[in-house]
Amino acid sequence: MTTDHIVKSFDEELNMLNDTIARMGGLVEAQLADSIQALTRRDAELAARVVSQDKRIDDLEHDIDSLSVRLLALRQPMAEDLRLVIVALKVSADLERIGDYAKNVAKRTGALAGSVPLDPVHTIRRMSALVMGMIKTVLDSYMEQDLDKARDVIVRDEEVDALHTSLFRELLTYMMEDARNITPCTHLLFIAKNIERVGDHATNIAENVEFLVSGTLPPGDRPKGDESSIVIVEPRTADTEGSE
Amino acid sequence: MTGQTAAAATEVVASPEEIREVKATAREVGVFYGETNALRNVNLDIRKNEVTALIGPSGCGKSTFLRCFNRMNDTIDGCRVVGGIMLDGDEILAPNVDVVHLRARVGMVFQKPNPFPKSIFDNVAYGPRIHGLASSRAELEEIVDSSLKRTGLWDEVKDRLHAPGTSLSGGQQQRLCIARAIAVQPEVILMDEPCSALDPIATARIEELIDEIRQHYTIVIVTHSMQQAARVSQQTAFFHLGDLVEKGDTEHIFTAPRDERTQSYITGRIG
Amino acid sequence: MIDMTRPEREPGAISKTVADRLKRRHAAERRFRLYGIGAIAAAMAILLTLFVTIVGSAYTAFVQTHVKLEVFFDPRKIDPEGTNSAEAIRGGDFGGIVKASLRNRFPEATGRRDKRHLYDIVSTGAAFDLRTMVLENPDLIGATRDLWLVAGDDVDMLVKGKMPRDVPETDRRLNDRQIAWVDALSADGDVEMRFNTRFFTAGDSREPELAGILGAAVGSFYTMLVTLVLAFPLGVATAVYLEEFAPKNRWTAVIEININNLAAVPSIVFGLLGLAVFLNVAGLPRSAPVVGGMVLALMTLPTIIIASRAALKAVPPSIREAALGMGASRIQTTFHHVAPLAMPGILSGTIIGMAQALGETAPLLMIGMVAFIVDIPGGPFDAATVLPVQVFLWADSPERAFTERTSAAIVVLLFFLVIMNAGAVLLRKKFERRW
Repeated sequence: MTTDHIVKSFDEELNMLNDTIARMGGLVEAQLADSIQALTRRDAELAARVVSQDKRIDDLEHDIDSLSVRLLALRQPMAEDLRLVIVALKVSADLERIGDYAKNVAKRTGALAGSVPLDPVHTIRRMSALVMGMIKTVLDSYMEQDLDKARDVIVRDEEVDALHTSLFRELLTYMMEDARNITPCTHLLFIAKNIERVGDHATNIAENVEFLVSGTLPPGDRPKGDESSIVIVEPRTADTEGSE
Repeated sequence: MTGQTAAAATEVVASPEEIREVKATAREVGVFYGETNALRNVNLDIRKNEVTALIGPSGCGKSTFLRCFNRMNDTIDGCRVVGGIMLDGDEILAPNVDVVHLRARVGMVFQKPNPFPKSIFDNVAYGPRIHGLASSRAELEEIVDSSLKRTGLWDEVKDRLHAPGTSLSGGQQQRLCIARAIAVQPEVILMDEPCSALDPIATARIEELIDEIRQHYTIVIVTHSMQQAARVSQQTAFFHLGDLVEKGDTEHIFTAPRDERTQSYITGRIG
Repeated sequence: MIDMTRPEREPGAISKTVADRLKRRHAAERRFRLYGIGAIAAAMAILLTLFVTIVGSAYTAFVQTHVKLEVFFDPRKIDPEGTNSAEAIRGGDFGGIVKASLRNRFPEATGRRDKRHLYDIVSTGAAFDLRTMVLENPDLIGATRDLWLVAGDDVDMLVKGKMPRDVPETDRRLNDRQIAWVDALSADGDVEMRFNTRFFTAGDSREPELAGILGAAVGSFYTMLVTLVLAFPLGVATAVYLEEFAPKNRWTAVIEININNLAAVPSIVFGLLGLAVFLNVAGLPRSAPVVGGMVLALMTLPTIIIASRAALKAVPPSIREAALGMGASRIQTTFHHVAPLAMPGILSGTIIGMAQALGETAPLLMIGMVAFIVDIPGGPFDAATVLPVQVFLWADSPERAFTERTSAAIVVLLFFLVIMNAGAVLLRKKFERRW
């Protein structure tokens, strides 16, 4: 990707930075997929593995941090290279957060293992499939410096947000129907929130990719589809419309 | 502080939000050395009280362009300048322009510190003397003092104003040259790689000085150090093989240049 | 990539080859240094020989043999009418007085020929000395004094030991009787060597013992003055114009080549030019320092121009840029900054050119400065000769006593040259200290 610098070792270091991001991205994708699988299959063992694997993501982030600082201090990158290093720093932070959310989902899976399976889990699976698609696309867009893919991700986040809002209503309704559902639903609420946040981080990465490629930051307010913060569900009228 | 600098200090410093006033405008400027076309169709606005950096690889024409502003190219045999440069609405490339007067308006600092082989005082006093800016010895001393103070050299040389200018260190000599240039109160100061012969500390001093004096002058600087251009300038123009490839806010040029050649040059790629 | 295919050698083996080579390299360096020292030593030896020879044969010219005689200032011979006027004294027969004194001292010389030989002991210049004495002090008339009179050149040579006594009488310029008289005088303590003031105060003369260098020195001075006044401003102005103002085009290139060629033109050609233009066309006086100065100025101009241009070129261009950048005009740049910095070079170039002119003979021969001139010139329009021409003239004279005077004149000429070169060094030092 970065080639032809007059100083060859500069190329090598930039490539190493990219490789580390790619490895971290791959790991994060796998962690998220595993955590969702553990949730749907109620697999406590897999969940535990996801929790233990998070350390590797943290290590990679640390690697990227030190490599970036080194590059900034010793190479004084300019223009494209400067953007690459800055974006690598920010993307690694986003990826690390995504890893944390995956770990969080996996932890809650353990708590859910004892309760009855609930229908909203399927909505969560649908939502996470969407989010994982976003992550894959955004990582591709980063590696390929593809502006279209990055913009696509930003648009797709609205869908995730909308799904999250409806899931929120759904879970509230479940909780109102039966007080025993409150514990698992609360956990699911948090899981849903986590996955929604993963989508936000994917969007962040997409924005960084846009900065990386075009050199301009995207306009400040991005489309928001998450209305869960203003959702009010009345106990009597337990409608579940909009669960698309 | 003298009255002069105190008065200057109370001036309102142009904030970035303000409309950026244009001090000089180059239109379709081209330079020929004999048959060689060293510079082609350069259009560039130099903004008042800002530092405009001209960057580019060796032989790209940036120094040649710089020297159009005070007609120093006139001193080179076989050098021909076409196009026009307006300085505050005055065409300065016209043949009837008095270059002596122009050079009083547009000062210059060179790559190698080149103080005259005279005393520190005489170096700074030379410009005011030949242009008749001081009517008395006291006034001349006042100009010399304030110029040296403004360049931060006063404390270092006040006890030896009559020592030769060549006895100073390289960085001090270059600041002396800047003091000499500002002693005639020019409107624009041209700097041709002013720090290329200096160590990093002296360079930092000069850069700080440039940033300070830009409140009173308009500065155009040629530099080989992109970091320096990034540090001192508000506007940057990138030259390549005699063309002005890209111009714009320094911040923009160094984070997200539009042209491939600029990109290659400032990131150190084979372009 | 670094080529690693070269066979590896033992580190010791490499250092052995290097050490062997190194020895040879050092030896070559020492040899070269020795050659250099040898060359300098040879040059110094030749120079020393030259100096020793010249000074060795010249130093006797700075003293002159005098003989003491009792002189009776006979009023009948000096001032027969007794008017006591300066005019009358000037017409007095002082030669007769000297002759009378000699006859008085050596009454045994009676024949006409003997007497003539006797009179040769004292120079004919002695009469002029006596006249001067009387003119200064008319009271001497009628008095008798013991006076030291200048000896004739042959006597001088004899006393200085430069005339062999053991050759047959016919091969000598003094016969046995004359030698006997001189020996008699010498035995009485009446022969003495005195400092030869006349050499530094008199003009040229046919008589070696009366010949002086002053006329030539003054001639040289006026010539040099004219040369300097003409060549320095012209040369420096030309150099400054060509170097600082003239556009660099084909015309200036042609001019530059011609100036360089002019520096290589044989000096006699300048003399011919002077003869044709200054004397025949302009009708300036022959043998005059003014013409000599003009000819030498022509000859020196290229030297001054080339040296000045080199000095101006050596001024760093950054100084010009600095001055022009400050808004100084071309003239201000040149005269405030460039010319002062080039001045030491210009001055030493000028002095070296002048020294060259001072030693020049050939062109002056062409314009008649080779004439025999006894009077010391009073100005640049008077007929005069110059030091090197004087050397040439004396070297050409048959009298034995002129040989040592030739050497003495050379010493004087060399002395002036050394002074001028020392002046060049001093000026350079002085100006360079002021940067």
